[in-house]
Amino acid sequence: METLLACLIGLMFAAALYLMLSGTLVKFVFGFTIIGNAVNLLIFTAGRLRHVQPPLIPPEHNSLPHAVSNALPQALILTAIVIGFAMVTFLLVLLLRTYAHTGSLDVGEASFLDEAGQEDPATTDQDQIVQRGPS
Amino acid sequence: MKILPALPILLPMVVALALSLLREDRGRSHGIALAGAVLHLALAILLLMTVLKHEVVVLWVGSWPAPFGICLAADYLSAVMVLITAVIHSAVIAYARHDIDPGQVRTGFYPFMQMLTAAVCGAFLTGDLFNLYVWFEVMLMASFGLLVMGHSPGRLTGGVKYVTINLISTLFFITAIGLIYGLTGTLNLADLHVKAAGVQNTALMTAAAMLLMIAFGIKAALFPLFFWLPAAYHTLPVAVSAFFAGMLSKVGVYALIRMFTLVFTFNTSVTHTTLLVVAALTMLFGVVGAASQMEMRRILSFHIISQVGYMVLGLALFTPLALAGAIVYLVHHIIVKANLFLVSGLVRQAGGAFNLKSVGGLYKTNGLLALGFIIPAFALAGFPPLSGFWAKLLIIKASLESQQYTLAILSAAVGLLTVFSMIKIWSEAFWKPAPVKEQALPAHHNLSLWMLVPVFVLALLTVVLGLCMEPVIRFSVSAAGQLMDPQVYIEAILGGRP
Repeated sequence: METLLACLIGLMFAAALYLMLSGTLVKFVFGFTIIGNAVNLLIFTAGRLRHVQPPLIPPEHNSLPHAVSNALPQALILTAIVIGFAMVTFLLVLLLRTYAHTGSLDVGEASFLDEAGQEDPATTDQDQIVQRGPS
Repeated sequence: MKILPALPILLPMVVALALSLLREDRGRSHGIALAGAVLHLALAILLLMTVLKHEVVVLWVGSWPAPFGICLAADYLSAVMVLITAVIHSAVIAYARHDIDPGQVRTGFYPFMQMLTAAVCGAFLTGDLFNLYVWFEVMLMASFGLLVMGHSPGRLTGGVKYVTINLISTLFFITAIGLIYGLTGTLNLADLHVKAAGVQNTALMTAAAMLLMIAFGIKAALFPLFFWLPAAYHTLPVAVSAFFAGMLSKVGVYALIRMFTLVFTFNTSVTHTTLLVVAALTMLFGVVGAASQMEMRRILSFHIISQVGYMVLGLALFTPLALAGAIVYLVHHIIVKANLFLVSGLVRQAGGAFNLKSVGGLYKTNGLLALGFIIPAFALAGFPPLSGFWAKLLIIKASLESQQYTLAILSAAVGLLTVFSMIKIWSEAFWKPAPVKEQALPAHHNLSLWMLVPVFVLALLTVVLGLCMEPVIRFSVSAAGQLMDPQVYIEAILGGRP
């Protein structure tokens, strides 16, 4: 079971890295989602896999009668899922705003490569404030 | 005061909550934020005093005993980092009054700054690896918020780079956590120190260490993972960029120091040698990158990279003196670098631009500002008797003692190149006659006191640190002693009961 999951995690990492390196930011988001799940599976596997053994102590026992999976990694995964979800949401909104400004999400495009085009971004900020007025 | 180690985290969080209700009221927001920052500073001083008395102060959160629950632990290094965070936070908040425009206040500048401070302090104080991950994420979220305030196009593309590379860093981090937990069954840092040495599978443990090194290396902007930093920092509002420049990459350095003194010391021939090479290349590439830039904040951003190289060099040499040097360097660098970014904002105000080609003659029009620049600039370059000189001296002395002569020469040479960059800013912005041009911004010759005072307070701190170096070095040596021999730290966390 561990071997199977290890292979699956490896595959997911490979697919995610391929997507993240593709140079299109939308694909980066997909890659990030997949790799997040791969990492969660990795933590899950690191807690050891024991099949169909709930971590419950029967009434007549003082301790667990059989080996069970470690429950802590599952708590860690839960935290990681919540954080990952927030990150993906933020990333999507950021990309949407960026797309509205640059018209492209291809990292090969000039607006992502060339920083000389935005020599003094703070100046443009100030200009925008002037245009917006003291609303 | 058992709860003392948690207070520097809790207070900014509470203030952030209050501030998020007051985003429309710029004046009152600033007042509350500044009061919160000053109170935070007082707490940080109290924490440092307590730590000086008891060596290590531990709080077992929820009274769970150590390897099972999460604990907050303040040793010398943590306490001094919290104090320096509080100093920079107060300076930045005071400066922000006239730097942050109403739109940015409405987007939540003040609450985000408080959350960021809370997260940075959390990262410095935690004694648990997964908790460190959570603080890193809180830090990221708060910094994302600050990064995209105002939605200017330049800031958004810089922001995309910052966000994506940092997300990748957190992925490396949590993968390493999974592997380490699988190998040792614990995430408590003190417990990890005990268990890491006994792990059979040294190769996998070293792999996990390297994953963490990459994760923290991205945060700390080490070679070859530094490209995001100069692409993003110069797009931020000045007050925000000063805090980012001072604190954020240094959280990465702190995490490296903590992990590679406390946990991963079983295979130093791999881990610390890698750090040594990386540190040398970071110093060199940062300073060379700065030489080709003409935008003031881009020059300073590249210097963050080269200076981080010195600190990591101190860690990589792994002798008590080198670590003490790294700690002195951290303290000195955070103050000086944040100050230089604050000065860059004043140069923009007085001269109309960040680009050195379009400003000039500031020495004539704003002599006081020239003084405010030259103190941190000389300290950064390492002129005696300012703080940077002592920090560099300790690192170079430590590398000579470890017989790393090439590295000692390289450190000195990088210092020289730093002087070149600082002189470039000096001669372009302050010395040469002001260029005739249509100005993008009207130049103000009367600079706001809210912006000048933080600059001069930090400059004064630099001078005082330089002149009263002996107690600072003595403190750093004992802090380094705690790191090199973590018995006290471990006993305080594992031995005591809540």
